[in-house]
Parts: sequence; structure tokens; C-alpha cells
Amino acid sequence: MRVAEAEFEPARGGTWIERVNPAVYLIGLLLLIMPLFANDFVLFQIFGWTFILGMIALSLMFLAGYGGMVSLAQMSFAGLAGYMVAIFGESAISTISLGWPWFITIPLALLVAVLFATIVGWLAVRTEGIYTIMITLAIASAMFYFTRQNYAIFNGFSGFNGVLPPKLFGVDWRGAMAFYYLTLFWAVVSYLVVLYISRAPFGLALQGIRDNPRRMAALGYNVKAHRIAAYAFSALIAGIGGILLTWQSAQISPGTAGIGPVIDILIIAVIGGLSRPIGPFIGAFLYVLLKTFAIDVLISMGLSGDRFQLLIGAGFLLVVFFSPDGLLGLWERWQTYRKRDPLLETSGGGL
Amino acid sequence: MTTTSLPTSQQDGGAASVGADISERLRATGTEHALELRGVGKSFGALDALSDIDLAVRPGERRAVLGSNGAGKTTLFNCVTGDFLPTRGTIRFFGEDVTTFPAHERIRRGLRRTYQISLLFTNLSVRDNIYLSCRGVSRNRFSFLRPSRRDALMSSADDLMRLVHLDDERDTPVSALSYGQQRQLEIAMALSGAPRFILFDEPAAGLSPAERRDLIAILTGLPGHMGFIIIEHDMDVALRVAQSVTMMHNGRIFKEGKPEEIEQDEEVQALYLGGDGGPGHG
Repeated sequence: MRVAEAEFEPARGGTWIERVNPAVYLIGLLLLIMPLFANDFVLFQIFGWTFILGMIALSLMFLAGYGGMVSLAQMSFAGLAGYMVAIFGESAISTISLGWPWFITIPLALLVAVLFATIVGWLAVRTEGIYTIMITLAIASAMFYFTRQNYAIFNGFSGFNGVLPPKLFGVDWRGAMAFYYLTLFWAVVSYLVVLYISRAPFGLALQGIRDNPRRMAALGYNVKAHRIAAYAFSALIAGIGGILLTWQSAQISPGTAGIGPVIDILIIAVIGGLSRPIGPFIGAFLYVLLKTFAIDVLISMGLSGDRFQLLIGAGFLLVVFFSPDGLLGLWERWQTYRKRDPLLETSGGGL
Repeated sequence: MTTTSLPTSQQDGGAASVGADISERLRATGTEHALELRGVGKSFGALDALSDIDLAVRPGERRAVLGSNGAGKTTLFNCVTGDFLPTRGTIRFFGEDVTTFPAHERIRRGLRRTYQISLLFTNLSVRDNIYLSCRGVSRNRFSFLRPSRRDALMSSADDLMRLVHLDDERDTPVSALSYGQQRQLEIAMALSGAPRFILFDEPAAGLSPAERRDLIAILTGLPGHMGFIIIEHDMDVALRVAQSVTMMHNGRIFKEGKPEEIEQDEEVQALYLGGDGGPGHG
């Protein structure tokens, strides 16, 4: 898997502000002014959900794209952070929820998610390839069944409802516009942090480990420790996504991190592309559109609305079939094709 | 020939202080060897790739290990660096028993190596590859902060790029380098972070005559305290840079001596140098 590294080096000429594609500024501006022309449903349900799922898928992209480790436990990290916010903070299940203030609850929730990911990473880095996928899937399944059967802490099948964001600065952060900006802010922060770290020593080492773990050990790196640290970091991003997801639906239950959502995160990351941090957000946007509108489209075509998953599956198959690197890969291939030299092509590749 | 010597940034504050540090350390451990192998063996199932290897190399000594293909030279390197754990015997590095240490712990103690087949990070740039090798033996390997323009390790990486004449390729992905350039990069990475002892596995393989001359200049220009073992099929390179030679055959050491003694040895000639007395393996 080839990952395109972000370049911020001064050798390329100009400041980084000048080197950023103008399209990025345009999209940024569009996202900032979105509440001026989008309704509450679009802001809260479409974009809010896109940013949240994009963040959780971004945590997978970080592990898989930079570290070469495909983990199916990312949704479990997100779900655990969501559960912790409900358990330590406030919810409608007052017999379990401790009602601690947000400034203790949120860091604690993230800490628990990171610790859990560290343990998962410690187990998972002993395996490679398909076995990493299997072990993380097993952990995700175990987490699903454990939360469903445990009533003392996780309130079993029902989970927790009434889990709301704090009214910080007097703002109702679950209001459509406020929630849109809240999720946009954390999505942008997560994206930039991942982009930044990809060129920091830790990120470079992770990419080196992905390409050649034996060589990295021969350069003095503790390969296992780096991989475990990558799991821990990815859980931080997934955890923030998980807390936002819990606030968005105002509830958390075993199904939030069930097998379906676990696989969905993989689909989102693969559809968008694992080569760049923007890929998961593109995949999440497409996924949310399909999940939201596929039923209506199918019904309007006279088909059963229950089959919307089939549409997502078909889209996944098409993308994987035509571009193993997702929609980003298709875009890059088209760009390469557009910039090809016709003279080289007609002369069979050169003189 | 271009005078090519290791940048001071890679010499750990100067050869004299390092030499004194090494002497002190060796006195404390009661040994006089940088690398010492005693009865080392490595078996793969029923195959004994290495048998009863006794090898002692002094600090600063330059040793060539020669032998035909399959003699066990690279397996020996793999045991020393921790890529393989030996089946039998002990390995001491500057007096410390490192037999069961993982590879990264040995590297952090000042051991380096190059690989027979380049093991590089082909998706990363030349500078990133060297920077990673410099960072691997420094503190803050887990740093989440990007290096600044004045980062000492970045300067070290630049120095090493110049040393192997890759400074014009600093941002080039390694996959776009020629084979010879990749070999040069391997050497630059092995020289990063003030090594105390280096294992060169056929560093001249695939190099042009000019690149070989540069390689010889680099190896002979290394600081006096920096010892190495070189596996090399190019006898011109091996015998010009080495002070002593160890001959291997079928996983065993069968001859040790000075380069001129080895060159004149009839048994060696028969086995390795293509003399009249036996099969040559050039």
C-alpha cells in the first residue's frame, strides 16, 4: 500500500499557505458558510454524521495507511469512549451514571479508550495481515456481547439514553448549527493532526515500520512499541468521534459498536481511500448519503427499501474492483491519465 | 580519488573522546574486544548454517569475512545483529552479553549493519530514510513534533547525504534511485548516529568503478575507533579496506590472518580465489 505523504517542506518553494491547492480553500469556505444555506437536517444528520464517521474511519486510515495494520476495533474504541461519557457523566439512567462534570468525564473517557486500545494493540501487533483483522474483529465482537450482557456497568441491551453534550458557554451544542460546527472543528483538528504527525518522527517511523519492520528494528526502533503507540493514538481520534456520536444520537447502546458498524468503518475507509487522511471523510460522506437516501431511491424505483445495504455493498465492490485505493485512487489515476504525454504513448514509451 | 570522511556530526563528539570511552568501558567489563563470538551456531532444522564460530574483533579493527556463497557469512551477520537468535553460543558486544537482545537494543548500543539486498523505505525520500536512521538511535523516537530547520539530526542527515553524493536527490523517493545510489544510501544509513561497530554486507555489489572508489575512500576514512566487518566478493575492495581476514566455509571459520597471508594461502586459493588446487568461487 502506498501512502502519499503530505509535503510541507520549504524546498518546494513558497510558504505552505501558497502551496495548498486553492480548491482546499474553496471547500473550507463552503464548509464554514454551510449553515447559511443548508437546513438543520443537512447540518446535523448529513454533515454532522459525516464528520463523526470520517473521524472514526480516519483513525483506521492512520493505522492501516501509515502503519499497515487493518484494525476492526476502531468502532469499539469509539463506542467505549461513548459509554464512558454516559457512565461517568450524566444520562437518563441515573442509577448507573455518576454525573461527574464534563471536564473530568471527557478526558477520562478518552483515557479509558486509549488504555483499551493499548491493550488491543499489545495483542494485535503479535499478528499480521488477515490475523490482525481477525483478532480485532474478535475483540470488537467480544465488546459487543459483553456490553449487551452486562447490566451493572453498561446497562445491557438498552444502554444509555439522554446522554447530552454539556451546555458550555451557554450554547446548546446539540442544536443543528452548533453541533455542525462542533463536529467540523474536531474533524478538521483530527485531519490536521494526522497530516502533521505523518511527517513527524513518530509518523515517519510508522511508515518505515509499515514498509519494512525488520529494517526499522535494525535502525534502533522498537517496532512493537511503535505499533502499540499507533493503536493508542488512533483510539484518541476514534474516542473523540465516539463521544460526538453518542451526543448526536443522545444515546449509546451495544448496537452502536456492533459488528455492522465495525464493518461499516472499514467500508468507509476503503471506499474513500486509505492513502490520504482526506479519504475517510470522502468515504463517510458517500456512506452517509447512501445510508440516508438509498431507501427513498429504492422505493421510488419500486424496489424494497430494506435492500439499501445491497446498494452500499455494490458500491463497495465497484470501488474495490476498479480502484483498490478507493475514490482517491480513482481521482489520482484520472489525474495521471489527464497529464499523460501523448507523444510518449504513441511511440511506445520513449525513443 | 575524492577525500571522503565521516562528518563530525556522526562521530559522537570526536574520535578521541569516544576512544577513551570505549577503553574505559572495556576495562570495566574485563574484555578487550568490540565483538566477541564464542561457540556460536545456528541451525535451520537439520541444516547447520553456522557451527562453532569463535570470532573476536578489537575496537577499531577492520575485518573482512570472505567465503563462497552459502558459507554462512550473512547468517553470521544476522546472528550478531539479532535478526536471528543463535541456536548455540554467546555474543558479546563491548563486553556485554547481547546474545538474547532484540535487534533494536543492539543497534542502540552502537552496532550498525547494511544489507546484502538493500532494505530501504522505497516510498520515502532519501532524506527521510537517512533521517529515520539518525532518529532511530537518538532520544525522542516517539516524538509527535516535526523536526525544525535547525534540528541537529536533520543536519546530520544532510551531512550523510553529502558524504555519499546523494545531496542532489534529497527529496527523491528511494524507488526512483538507481541501484548504485540505493547501495550508497544503505551505507549512509549505517553510518548514522555515531556507530561503534558496523557490519557491511557486500556494500560494493552493483556499484560502478567510480562508486567503488568512493566506497573505499569512505571506509578507509572512517574514524579510527569505528571498527567494522565487511563481507565482500570484490577482493580489491575487501583487501584494501581490511586489516585482517576471516575465511568461512560451510558455516565454519577455517582460516584467519592478514590480507597478504590470506592472498598467498594455497588452501584459500583453492577454495575461494580460483587457484589451481580446487574449485573457484570468485
